[in-house]
Amino acid sequence: MYVAVKGGEAAIANAHQLLADRRRGARSIPALTVAQIGEQLGLAVDRVMAEASLYDRALAALSIKQARGDMIEAIFLLRAYRTTLPRFGYSDPVDTGAMEIERRISATYKDLPGGQLLGPTFDYTHRLLDPSLLEDAAVAAPVRRECGGEAVGRVSDILGDEGLIEPDSREPLDKVPGDITREPMDFPLSRDERLQALARGDEGFLLALAYSTQRGYARTHPFAGEIRIGLVEVEIELPELGFSVSLGEIRVTECQSVNQFKGSATEPPQFTRGYGLVFGQSERKAMAMALVDRALRAEEFGEDIVAPAQDEEFVIAHSDNVQATGFVEHLKLPHYVDFQAELDLVRRMRAEQQDPSTASREAAE
Amino acid sequence: MNQKQAAPAAPVTDRARRMSLLARATRQELAACLEAGPKMADVHPVRGPQTGLVMIRGRIGGGGNAFNLGEATVTRASIRLASGVIGHGQRLGTDQEATRLSAILDALAEEGDEAGLCRTLLQAIERRLAEEAGQRDAETQATRVDFFTLVRGDD
Repeated sequence: MYVAVKGGEAAIANAHQLLADRRRGARSIPALTVAQIGEQLGLAVDRVMAEASLYDRALAALSIKQARGDMIEAIFLLRAYRTTLPRFGYSDPVDTGAMEIERRISATYKDLPGGQLLGPTFDYTHRLLDPSLLEDAAVAAPVRRECGGEAVGRVSDILGDEGLIEPDSREPLDKVPGDITREPMDFPLSRDERLQALARGDEGFLLALAYSTQRGYARTHPFAGEIRIGLVEVEIELPELGFSVSLGEIRVTECQSVNQFKGSATEPPQFTRGYGLVFGQSERKAMAMALVDRALRAEEFGEDIVAPAQDEEFVIAHSDNVQATGFVEHLKLPHYVDFQAELDLVRRMRAEQQDPSTASREAAE
Repeated sequence: MNQKQAAPAAPVTDRARRMSLLARATRQELAACLEAGPKMADVHPVRGPQTGLVMIRGRIGGGGNAFNLGEATVTRASIRLASGVIGHGQRLGTDQEATRLSAILDALAEEGDEAGLCRTLLQAIERRLAEEAGQRDAETQATRVDFFTLVRGDD
């Protein structure tokens, strides 16, 4: 018989003290500051902000430190923190066309207004470990090129002007978007709700799904029409003043994929699109998001739904890594009673199987 | 295509511009500016400083209908001066003191800013922001690809 017990308080307290010790590591090594994480592990900070769905560099850096670098734990911490704050309202939609560009590339046009701006990229590095980083060697200041800033036009506008690509979206511009943090998700979702879920989705999960579409599980044949990274202004309307004021800037990454065309009786063939927008500098995630967004539009285009990446409920219900880790990791919590019940059941089944009288009776039946 | 807000009336633009610049001022800039001015004994908090969340929206495809991208921490504050003039401050992040100071400067400017404190500060912030943006842009422009055509080997 199983008897409910309690205990473990001392063990838990000691485990947390041990965690704090291990997090600090050898005391002979200087403690990592949150400012160092923010400045030197900036892309980790970006990932935590994106998947926690909370833009705050300082708090994201703190969560990384507290989580000992465990990214999903850090995301969990930041997600939990956001539940303690009141919601002031919704911003005006950010204008990525007016972005202060830090990187912009297109794989579809070599020459385009604004040019190919590589920015601080890992692309074209040789992926060789750099021993100079073992020391705090001086780093040269970046090269500057002063030139009158040419406007950085959108690739989608180049194609759109000729009608060769579908418009940004098919819904009215003033449609009020759904908010999955306020209303429970009800499948099928609208595209705006899907994009909200994808924007906070796990990078690894979306990357794998995007990869699967390239390998033939739902072919959408994408081009990276445009990727842009930079700062956009966040504005919010203040009801007490009756106009919008700026709150500051955030860094975002946007990916516009250009996908294979589709025509119908009423529409001439034209390229279709996927869209990715992610907090911080996160090109891989933005690209994966755009590919998955396009794959999830299968029904809209009358495409056969044959692959996981096209299955909205499968993708969206499993894309949130805080939910996923909660359910997977809950298995390690005590399940003593459940297990006792199953153990008992297995014992009885074995006993019945080994008892010749029950075996012959079952055979007769 | 991007939707543009209808151009607001001129005085609104002035205040919106001022509040936008104050949102980007560092706490040090704000504190130094206020220290240089008259003593601020009569500042009454009206609301906050309070930290909360704003849900940031994007547009599908960059210019389509809106979707909710994710939240950001935002701090806001409103104060009243002895004259009864109310000032508002707001910024991304959790810096409550900077937000309160920017609300005071907003109110001083609404009062008429006879000492020119706010005007001088706004100019300084604007200059700093322009310099920083110019530097970032020049660094980005240095990474622009200049394509050139290879000379054919076969004459």
